[in-house]
Amino acid sequence: MITHPAIRLIVNDLSAARGARRIFRGLSLDVGAGEALTLTGPNGVGKTTLLRTLAGFIPAAEGSVALSGGDAEKSVGEQAHYIGHLNGIKPSLSVLENLEFFAEFLGGAPDAALAVADRLGLGALEDVPAAYLSAGQKRRLGLARLICAARPLWLLDEPAVSLDAASQALLGGMVAEHLAGGGIVIAATHTPLGWVESRSLDLGQMADAAPAAA
Amino acid sequence: MMGPFLALIRRDLRIAHRQGGALATALGFYLVIVATLPLGLGPDLNLLSRIAPGVLWVALLLSSLLAADRMFNDDYEDGSLEVIALGPLPLELVAFGKAIAHWLSVGLPLVLLAPLLALLLNMDGRAYVPLMLTLLAGTPAVSFLAGIGAALTLGMRKGGLLVPLLILPLYVPILIFGVSAIDAVVTGPGSFTAPFSILCALTLASAVLTPLATAAALRLNLS
Repeated sequence: MITHPAIRLIVNDLSAARGARRIFRGLSLDVGAGEALTLTGPNGVGKTTLLRTLAGFIPAAEGSVALSGGDAEKSVGEQAHYIGHLNGIKPSLSVLENLEFFAEFLGGAPDAALAVADRLGLGALEDVPAAYLSAGQKRRLGLARLICAARPLWLLDEPAVSLDAASQALLGGMVAEHLAGGGIVIAATHTPLGWVESRSLDLGQMADAAPAAA
Repeated sequence: MMGPFLALIRRDLRIAHRQGGALATALGFYLVIVATLPLGLGPDLNLLSRIAPGVLWVALLLSSLLAADRMFNDDYEDGSLEVIALGPLPLELVAFGKAIAHWLSVGLPLVLLAPLLALLLNMDGRAYVPLMLTLLAGTPAVSFLAGIGAALTLGMRKGGLLVPLLILPLYVPILIFGVSAIDAVVTGPGSFTAPFSILCALTLASAVLTPLATAAALRLNLS
């Protein structure tokens, strides 16, 4: 099992804006090693925006995001896996080629790709182009990069979309193992993921409690 | 740093090889432009022979633009760009690698097709070597510049039509120096080396400068 150094994700007074529209403001978080945080709240409340801001895709309007105890040479994004609504797999490449690319590009071990495929129940499909997979299988292949390359911070946006019960349990197992190794998981979700001991943050309530003054 | 860079290029070449459509379209388009031109100009062999280098250059620029808008768009649409953006490679090097992969998968085959098409235009025998040299030296710049247009039009519907409008004006210096180097050899006066050196300089400058612009455009489109 992979163990990560003791890290903390510290978010200080973060605000994010899309164009002129302020999505959330004054958000502070402190998530320690081995902790999972689930983000909940109605559509459009800013769950995806928060995850993309943490990953560094969207520059923070105010405030800061830092991973203390992490690699000072790398940005937070480079130490994170971001699984968005899109799976990030190439339809014309086979399952194994997709996994090998994740490992080679993100800094994992390409030799382990076959083991990863087996673990995700895609072992029998290793030579099948990703275009021929079902929606749930594609999602699993996208999630596979979480274990293709070890990174301490996992940012998951609706990770369980189109997964069946067995695959959700598989994802739960991956998350539990990651947390046991000292990783951090932040997941946005509408449906309960059934993960043990996860804190939860309702972005909708936060917005109500502190109405954004224009 | 080198491992992820090569992995990215290898992946792009593999995808280009699997899909094949982009290259076939570009090569077919190149052939069609060059083959229809004599029909419009009439069967004057001297005229065709004189304009052949220019025609081959212009047609190659247009053909290479056909696949240019896909350089980042497929990765953007299937989410791969998010994976790549979080990798250890700075986006500038990603832009550089993608342009190299575009050149290897589209630019280079077009260059290799050029001497065959030159036969159709009765090109002067002395022009073959300078034609190939200028195309080899100039076409990488074509791919580097196309990267800017491809990154700027990401996620835009009908963006494919916008790329040529944005990028073709930037191709003018490449075209001028490429063709004048060939003309210097065939008709003279002037030397081959001067325009050829400028062409090489344009390629080197674009290799250094365009990744900065492309990466900035990618960052903007990822946010």
